[in-house]
Amino acid sequence: MNMMNDPNAAHKEWMGLLAKAPADMLDRLWANFAAKPGHDYLRAPEIGGVMVRGRAGAVGAAFNLGEMTVTRCSIKLAGGTVGHAYVQGRSKEKATQAAIIDALMQTDMAAEVEAQLLTPLREAVAAKKSTRAAKTAATKVDFFTMVRGED
Amino acid sequence: MYVAVKGGERAIDNAHAWLAEERRGDPSVAELSVAQIREQLTLAVNRVMAEGSLYDADLAALAIKQSRGDLIEAIFLIRAYRTTLPRFGGSEPIDTEGMTCDRRVSATFKDAPGGQVLGPTFDYTHRLLDFKLAADGEVGEVPTAEHADGSTPHIMSFLDREDLLQSEPAGDETPPDLTRTPLELPADRALRLQALTRGDEGFLLGMAYSTQRGYARNHAFVAELRIGAVAVELDIPELGFAVEIGEITVTECETVNQFQGSKTEPPQFTRGYGLVFGMSERKAISMALVDRALRWEELGEDNVGAPAQNEEFVLYHSDNIKATGFLEHIKLPHYVDFQSELELIRKLRREAQASSCDTTAGASGGSLSAKMKTEAAE
Repeated sequence: MNMMNDPNAAHKEWMGLLAKAPADMLDRLWANFAAKPGHDYLRAPEIGGVMVRGRAGAVGAAFNLGEMTVTRCSIKLAGGTVGHAYVQGRSKEKATQAAIIDALMQTDMAAEVEAQLLTPLREAVAAKKSTRAAKTAATKVDFFTMVRGED
Repeated sequence: MYVAVKGGERAIDNAHAWLAEERRGDPSVAELSVAQIREQLTLAVNRVMAEGSLYDADLAALAIKQSRGDLIEAIFLIRAYRTTLPRFGGSEPIDTEGMTCDRRVSATFKDAPGGQVLGPTFDYTHRLLDFKLAADGEVGEVPTAEHADGSTPHIMSFLDREDLLQSEPAGDETPPDLTRTPLELPADRALRLQALTRGDEGFLLGMAYSTQRGYARNHAFVAELRIGAVAVELDIPELGFAVEIGEITVTECETVNQFQGSKTEPPQFTRGYGLVFGMSERKAISMALVDRALRWEELGEDNVGAPAQNEEFVLYHSDNIKATGFLEHIKLPHYVDFQSELELIRKLRREAQASSCDTTAGASGGSLSAKMKTEAAE
């Protein structure tokens, strides 16, 4: 997938970020977000499963690896903008918040949402990932070959 | 004769009440929280997710608490819960090349491009009990180092380029799903891999070990073992495109195996594949070895009659929930079944006695026979 040519790249990015965000962190940020709009449910939050697939030999034919829990939700803002969410786990609150944020990102509130909610989330996720990568890097093996004896 | 079994309700209720108390243990010892299990018994949680076939660490931790640490019981609880979930769809196949690796080792190439990182491993520990853990749970500072971002190429792709490796034809057909249609034989590789990844770790370990000891030996090298996080993408019908719906940790093992060549294939390396939820290294390696052993037919190898080559034997006995269900049911009331067995053996004894009486006067069925006759009369 070429991000540069994908007209939906930004939309995918924020939905992915919301899906993977820790529920408690999103909840804290949402609690402090002043401009919460009213909304109607198009689809009330629903917990379900998604069958995760892998590929034989990493590159071959697909096979079913097992399911993961996912919660989905769709809402409509008073202005008619629709928001969808598919988030990991079983938090109905998180799914609702993510759906509202998805809708807001398609309105003129986008910059505010981006600054107050998505940027802190993105930074927290990146920081966590970076810390883990730094610890991983410290366990890198530097091989050297022992000089062998005469026989 | 059918005898309805009633009257156990109060005993059952009381047994369960006592079970709850025993589960809690000594109330003067602090209670375990689900979060503690999730964070501190991570590998047990991983096993329950893998064999329960549902990636949800909180649910797996709850199941472990509820089952008092009996992991097969916990897996049973997860499997039962799983069946209640509506299925939103099937994901795009995960891209393990894009994995953020916590661990990546190769037993075949010292200088693997991308480097080898050990990650948080038990390897090279001395397996001595650490009594400091019994005293306090303090951990020291973990060293860090400069790191580069970006994906880590699979080691197999380098061998593949030289054409020394059996190719792995890609395909995007929807794979068969044994949770939706009963497992039927012969199973294609996709179905086998699904059965293996949710199979019992101990069973697969034993099967894999048997191949190493000579029962369908296939000379496996671990070309690459990697553990880390991968994103899961799902096509969202409402949107018309795929988005990431989460991130899971998986363990992937790729083995490279000796192969002499066959009538149809030139001499080349073949491959076995293991992919398991969570940090489940032993399971992933076992899966790769058993996957390879089960491929004898498609690779034109001889069936030497080894258990690990026997698809029916492996796939029909690897599921610990099916196995434990059938095994443990024999402890439940079988009074009627046994009654008929009892009747049968009495009848046989009577006939045997009658015929022996004909030849040898005074032969006796013994005291057991007499006792059975008394009971039957009651």
